Amino acid sequence: METQTLEKIIAEHPYFAGLEPEYTSLLVGCASNVRFDAGRYLWREGEEANQFYLIREGRVAIEMMPPHRKAIVVETVGEGEILGWSWLLPPYTWRFHARAVEMTRALALDGKCLRNKCEQNHDLGYELLKRFAQIINHRLDATRMQLLDLYGKR
Amino acid sequence: MANAEIDPMMPRPWVVRRISKETPDTFTLALEPSDGGPSGRGGFQPGQFSMLWVFGVGELPISISGDPAEEGSLTYTVRSVGPATQALVSHGAGQSVGVRGPFGTGWPVAGAEGKDVVVVAGGIGLAPLRPVIYHVLRHRDRFGRLVILYGARSPRDMIYRKELAAWARHKDTQVLSTVDYGGVAWRGRVGVVTSLFKYLRLQPARTTAMLCGPEIMMRLVARELAARGLAAGDVYLSMERNMKCAVGSCGHCQWGPHFICKDGPVFSYAHIAAMLDRYEL
Ligand SMILES: Cc1cc2nc3c(=O)[nH]c(=O)nc-3n(C[C@H](O)[C@H](O)[C@H](O)COP(=O)(O)OP(=O)(O)OC[C@H]3O[C@@H](n4cnc5c(N)ncnc54)[C@H](O)[C@@H]3O)c2cc1C
Repeated sequence: METQTLEKIIAEHPYFAGLEPEYTSLLVGCASNVRFDAGRYLWREGEEANQFYLIREGRVAIEMMPPHRKAIVVETVGEGEILGWSWLLPPYTWRFHARAVEMTRALALDGKCLRNKCEQNHDLGYELLKRFAQIINHRLDATRMQLLDLYGKR
Repeated sequence: MANAEIDPMMPRPWVVRRISKETPDTFTLALEPSDGGPSGRGGFQPGQFSMLWVFGVGELPISISGDPAEEGSLTYTVRSVGPATQALVSHGAGQSVGVRGPFGTGWPVAGAEGKDVVVVAGGIGLAPLRPVIYHVLRHRDRFGRLVILYGARSPRDMIYRKELAAWARHKDTQVLSTVDYGGVAWRGRVGVVTSLFKYLRLQPARTTAMLCGPEIMMRLVARELAARGLAAGDVYLSMERNMKCAVGSCGHCQWGPHFICKDGPVFSYAHIAAMLDRYEL
């Protein structure tokens, strides 16, 4: 895919809207197109977290292994969504497994490269942190709602 | 429902014609009159409910979940949560049930004509909304887009699974479903029902939304719709609190200034937002 198209995808993504063009270009420089066949793991718990994904097509399941029980899917992430923030926060390891439920195409962004750039340029670091804090906040809200067990009883 | 209009307190004898399993605890029953009287043809508005008398156990309100254009029978989807519902779902074909109604306000299907219709259901809350879906699909040209958002606790708790897939194949119809928890074999979405809104492009000024599910779910969905620009007057909810007489005289279902049985169960969010936000009312 051409750099110009990558630039457009990132610049038009709601989470990256309003980012300085130079930062967008920097993200584009760290992005590559990836594809995962259904059933393939994007990562497994405990592995080093060095990237995040902007899902363009398909669906990825976040899986947990509760003790003494079968694995469960706690969330799915789909088209237009951003997947993964462990690359940004120490100890930079993935917490859960991520598996493509169907064939998934995404932009992979090199988090290791980006976090080094964030260390050097705190303005960039702040802009990215602000955006990822929003993602984390949405997920926290959703998780709290799940805890409410919305449909357990009528 | 001529008899019910004459004496709404008098149950009429109906029989179970068919019963089918939706989930381990939820069943759909088709009932038809056994007294030779009218079947209620054309006689219910989507969103209305009947009072079903389970002989020897008690009477309970159950929404009509079938096609309003269907003749000769009425369909109900019942989740077993206690003695009366358990007895009802244990009925076999040919067994009798007393029926009163239909009662209550319906969904604003006429008012939604010319607009997009967004249906948001949680768990068995899809049952009272299914007549709306049948109606919109039957009169497709009178409505804009039909969007159906459905959340359930887990894949095995989803009702009408085959129909959900079939509805998604209709023109201008979008069906998105999600569960709170899924096993690894589940290929659908996992996340709360409000997480589905990010996949929609709503046209708030020309949309009517209809919500049914547990109150907490409806409260969260109503807030999400407000955040997306829908006016409270374009959002409708079915408040299924328990009731006795169903005709607004006993006071059992009084909720603030309203009797749910006759002023509801369908209310405009504009009228009940403040009450809905007060938890224990
Ligand atoms: C207008 C209206 C429409 C309804 N439509 C349907 C329907 O289509 N399908 C269906 O399965 N049920 C429906 N219900 C709910 C149904 O009437 C109750 O589940 C039933 O009365 C419970 O009786 P029971 O003897 O089986 O259980 P109970 O022993 O009376 O109750 C068992 C448990 O369920 C809870 N419960 C009972 N009724 C309700 C309620 N209305 N809301 C929340 N919690 C409740 C009780 O608090 C208790 O914890 C509707 C209720 C109303 C008011």
